[in-house]
Amino acid sequence: MSDNARSRILARLRAAAPGPVPPRPAWTPPTYLAEERRARFIAMIEAAHAEVHEVDQTTWPVRLRSILANKGVRRVMTAPTTAAGQQLAAVWADLADAPALIAYDQPVEVLKPVLVRDVDAAVTMTRGAIAETGTLVLWPSPAEPRLMSLLPPIHVALVEEWRIADSLAALMADESWAAAMPTNAVLISGPSKTADIEQTLAYGVHGPKELIVLLVRDQEAGAAAV
Amino acid sequence: MALETMPDGPVVENPAMDKGPDFTQRAHAALIDPGLRRNFRRAMDGLMEKRAAQFADPVAWAALRERGAQARAAALARLPDLLEELEARCAANGIQVHWAETIEDGNAIVLGILNHHRARQVVKGKSMVSEEMHLNDHLAAHGITAIESDLGEYIIQLAGELPSHIVMPCIHKNKDQIATLLAANIPGLGYTEDVAALTAAARRILRDRFAAADAGISGVNFAVAETGTLVLIENEGNGRLSTTLPPLHIAITGIEKVVERLDDIPPLLALLPRSATGQPITTYVNMITSPRKPGEKDGPAAVHLILLDNGRSRVFADAQLRDTLRCIRCGACINHCPVYARVGGHSYGSVYPGPIGKILTPQIAGLDVAGDLPHASTLCNACVEVCPVKIPIADILVRLRQEAAQPAGAATPAVKGAGSRRHIAEALVWTVWRWVYAWPWLHHRATRLLARIGNWIPARAPLLRAWTRNRTRPHFAGQTLHERARRAGIDHE
Ligand code: SF4
Repeated sequence: MSDNARSRILARLRAAAPGPVPPRPAWTPPTYLAEERRARFIAMIEAAHAEVHEVDQTTWPVRLRSILANKGVRRVMTAPTTAAGQQLAAVWADLADAPALIAYDQPVEVLKPVLVRDVDAAVTMTRGAIAETGTLVLWPSPAEPRLMSLLPPIHVALVEEWRIADSLAALMADESWAAAMPTNAVLISGPSKTADIEQTLAYGVHGPKELIVLLVRDQEAGAAAV
Repeated sequence: MALETMPDGPVVENPAMDKGPDFTQRAHAALIDPGLRRNFRRAMDGLMEKRAAQFADPVAWAALRERGAQARAAALARLPDLLEELEARCAANGIQVHWAETIEDGNAIVLGILNHHRARQVVKGKSMVSEEMHLNDHLAAHGITAIESDLGEYIIQLAGELPSHIVMPCIHKNKDQIATLLAANIPGLGYTEDVAALTAAARRILRDRFAAADAGISGVNFAVAETGTLVLIENEGNGRLSTTLPPLHIAITGIEKVVERLDDIPPLLALLPRSATGQPITTYVNMITSPRKPGEKDGPAAVHLILLDNGRSRVFADAQLRDTLRCIRCGACINHCPVYARVGGHSYGSVYPGPIGKILTPQIAGLDVAGDLPHASTLCNACVEVCPVKIPIADILVRLRQEAAQPAGAATPAVKGAGSRRHIAEALVWTVWRWVYAWPWLHHRATRLLARIGNWIPARAPLLRAWTRNRTRPHFAGQTLHERARRAGIDHE
């Protein structure tokens, strides 16, 4: 049945006179100077209700512990094999009353009950960010799966400030996205929100209620080491 | 493929319409409901203001809009080729593609896939196409529970209503109404008007539904032929959950949603949320290119894409009407429509209300069913000015009015139900009108006659009644303009 439907639909579309293909008009997405770029990213994502903290490459786990302590976070999900996951585990192991770490190291079928209800926050890295719209760019991977940035009530995302691009168009072109799209690519611009009840904004309707961005400073030596 | 299909699904005669009173009657009821008018007015004013702030620079807006319109027009220009390319790319990526000519086919395909996977609990992300298909009713008739997870859709599903806006489905309801509804439906939730508390309660209930779901169903905002990628945008995260947590994902889209290249996406994304709600971007842009790959720890093992025609190929056949299919469903035309702001979304009796509904619904359901909708407009052009992909909505409205009044009987009318609103009396009036204006001596006599006896015609006379029902009866001057001019000594003839 499906095959016939396919050929009939395509036949009808082909029977219609093909339209002229309009020329591609010039359009340039906005560009920013280096110092504007970072400021724009911060201003935009803060306007979307995210919290931004500037951190150092070596000390961010300590900083994160105090940020999360203020929010009463006790159980934090991490990706145990990523650089960030390992750094966090190493530093927190030596800290008194650091939250418990839960590794996303098994398929969702095994971890579902924990993921759905039992973690307070998750920490992920990002592939980059976008200044124009204040957006995080994530390509979830086997090491850092999709649901980490979605199910826990708090999402902590590490953004390396030298990876902030001007616009999505520039990022897609520079990194040749079209040549090899991942299973899932996701752009995140703030915590989950809704305005379905009388246009009143409410956060955390399905995804994270809070988005914490740790903006990693560009230290020359550090940048090379990552 | 051997999917089970149900031969005995419910027959929906007027797919995009519900039955009952026509637009005029529904609009009348809506107009005398001050609460409803207040809800819409407030919402529309806010949305218009926010959109205007996003496009404050007219030069940038014009260039971006040109690029967006081009992306959609170019996609339509090569639609059959692009659909084949999309299908091939999706297949190569592991996404199974299905084609549905009608909503009955579409519903049967969804049901077949769900049965194949023995799925009984379904969560849905927001999808206007599934509304168009009345998919939830179809699934319910076959023992499958489909829960809407977008907060607005969830609210109207609880209320048993249709969406009143394509972007904000429960915009017609105010806080007290929603508080009452949720208190009655969510165990343990008392009446509260605290929006954060209401939202948290919905999160709790729906989180359990997500965890228990056997399948997720979603719409699609753009399908990229070049890469076989499905792009979905949303603010809540329910769309990401529906397409990530359950083991099976079924995406449903109209055949027109395809775009040629991945680099068409940034300009369209720069237009859609800003036009819709005045946000620079939605919270989430979710790009799905394949099911879960070996080694990945989450994501659905199977992803299906259903391409629904339901009359779109017929719309496509006409060079002028084809522009209807450029629509990216931003709802800006709705937010700026003076008619919509006053009569609300339900008056249209259509899944798609407002200007886009007025041009789309009659073409899909037929002018015989929805022929009154193209008349629900003053042709003020507000929708045309804001449409991010430059759809000539007003021209299409006029064209549809003409099609509806066409003499019936053309072998293959451009629009289903063409000629269905042709009234012999009306046709006669216009024929006489044409003669009168073609012959000066006849015009002269006719106007003189009307000047003399016009005021004697009762306001409730058959043809006049349609006008005087809502308006003051026109008053005829005692003399025609020509007579007065002549008397004043002006005579150019
Ligand atoms: S017709 Fe234009 S303005 Fe209306 S929903 Fe479609 S794209 Fe938006």
